[in-house]
Amino acid sequence: MFLIAIYAASGFFVLLVLLLFASLVKGSWPALAAFGAKFLWTSEWNPVTEQFGALPLIFGTVVSSTIAIVLAGLVGILAAAYLAEFAPRWLARPLSFVIELLAAVPSVVFGLWGLFVLAPFVRVALAPSLQHAFGFLPIFSGPISTGTNMLTAGLILALMILPTVTAISREVIVAIAQDLREASMSLGATKWETVSRVVIPAARVGIFGAIVLALGRAIGETIATTMVIGNKPVIAASLFAPSYTLASVIANEFTEANGDVYIGALLELGLLLFLVSFIVNGLARLLLFTVLKGDRA
Amino acid sequence: MNHPDAPLKVEDLSAFYGDMRAVADVSMSFAPRNVTALMGPSGCGKTTLLRCLNRIHEIAPGARTEGTVLLDGEDVYDSEMSVIELRRRVGMVFQRPNPFPTMSIFGNVVSGLSRSVPKNDKAAAAEKALRSAALWDEVKDKLGRPATALSGGQQQRLCIARALAVEPEVLLMDEPTSSLDPISTLSIEELMTKLAEHYTIVVVTHNMQQAARVSRYAAFMLADETRAGRLVEMDETSKMFTKPSDRRTEDYITGRFG
Ligand SMILES: Nc1ncnc2c1ncn2[C@@H]1O[C@H](COP(=O)(O)OP(=O)(O)OP(=O)(O)O)[C@@H](O)[C@H]1O
Ligand SMILES: [Mg+2]
Repeated sequence: MFLIAIYAASGFFVLLVLLLFASLVKGSWPALAAFGAKFLWTSEWNPVTEQFGALPLIFGTVVSSTIAIVLAGLVGILAAAYLAEFAPRWLARPLSFVIELLAAVPSVVFGLWGLFVLAPFVRVALAPSLQHAFGFLPIFSGPISTGTNMLTAGLILALMILPTVTAISREVIVAIAQDLREASMSLGATKWETVSRVVIPAARVGIFGAIVLALGRAIGETIATTMVIGNKPVIAASLFAPSYTLASVIANEFTEANGDVYIGALLELGLLLFLVSFIVNGLARLLLFTVLKGDRA
Repeated sequence: MNHPDAPLKVEDLSAFYGDMRAVADVSMSFAPRNVTALMGPSGCGKTTLLRCLNRIHEIAPGARTEGTVLLDGEDVYDSEMSVIELRRRVGMVFQRPNPFPTMSIFGNVVSGLSRSVPKNDKAAAAEKALRSAALWDEVKDKLGRPATALSGGQQQRLCIARALAVEPEVLLMDEPTSSLDPISTLSIEELMTKLAEHYTIVVVTHNMQQAARVSRYAAFMLADETRAGRLVEMDETSKMFTKPSDRRTEDYITGRFG
């Protein structure tokens, strides 16, 4: 009886996913028919002329997520290693707790903070000093006219996914067998050598899984990005220029969209996000499942 | 038992986990270039005692020791002694084979060597250690393969090679065959006998036949009423198995408890 209920429930969810997919395809059909694959690599996003190309949005999504994953990856792995291996217990516990709480903060709150605190800071302090030091790089060149730009979005996203990277990496590192650490120390390795040469490499699959999972969140994040990225469908080399992402276009424009092609184009963006998130999250969970033996993923 | 020329001596050693004393007032010395077996029922502090000898004990939370461990006359708990230097002089092999999973066979063997050692010297050191661990012939054609692709017995010999590569004087082994099949166990036992020509070996074992086969000296430990492990007696292994001087040793050996 119980088994039948389980099968029925899982069948129901599979059906739901298929239905979602089917309705996305159906709804975006006018755009699919009008633009075909060209949708993916043309840059004009113009509701007035009904020309829709997603390239600037794909660009904005990829670049903001990349900034986020690089920063959150570096900081998160170090933080996880610190919490798991170096921090004294009385500090590690409350610190891990706070980090996990950070993951529970609603993204609109991150967005507000990003808009009113981070964006001004980026405009008057961070961006000018980056330009001063590394202005010869295209990504740090160009005018700094606004604080709501690609850099601010990347930073906010990094902050938002940092708890995911840190918490899961910490868990993976803690799960590495103690006798590997002891074997390394018994050969005369220091604690730091042990962590960097033995423990983190042994945890690498799980850490990679954590990063991919966080990447999935960064790609799909909507409201916070919308609030700080500037919302202009342009492709610029400079991180100080405004940008736009797949998710924020949908959030901004769905209320005013009219006409089958416009609505179809927005739904096609949704379809794109759906497929990418599905693949990225599936990969992450697969990796984490093999590492943590399923007790989390 | 007192060996005047013992490279490793323990005097009045007690070891603690927090408030719990796991080893109490143990004094013993380990004969040079011989195998000494530590025996006793589960929980009597054998592993803890062994881990005090290379100061791996102290990495457990709340763990500490009292008393003295002397390596070639130097107190290993002295602040002058570098714990890294100590661990390079006193190697350790663990109960479960634990090669580093992300490293190759070669990488494992040379993992204890300094990164500044030139490549050729590393290769020579690896070959020497693998030959000493009786593993060279089996792995010489696949040194780049992952260590985890080896059998359990081969992995344990790899761990022995890894410990030998840093050229220790003493080798500590905690039930090194308890997770292995009989054939692999036999090959490790033969290896221990051979290694005893050059190294001072201390081995923890539950297996009395094994102690009889490989060790020249044996120590018998027992936990007292507070669960603190104490040394009951230490003697030549042959004597201990034929005429133990303590009733409790005799009871253990004849299988009346433990
Ligand atoms: N990390 C630890 N923290 C707290 N207590 C410990 C720890 N490790 C061991 N003990 C305790 O110390 C005592 C001695 O343990 P030890 O592992 O040295 O025994 P052993 O003789 O090696 O036993 P076995 O034959 O089962 O391996 C036991 O009472 C054990 O519960
Ligand atoms: Mg033990």
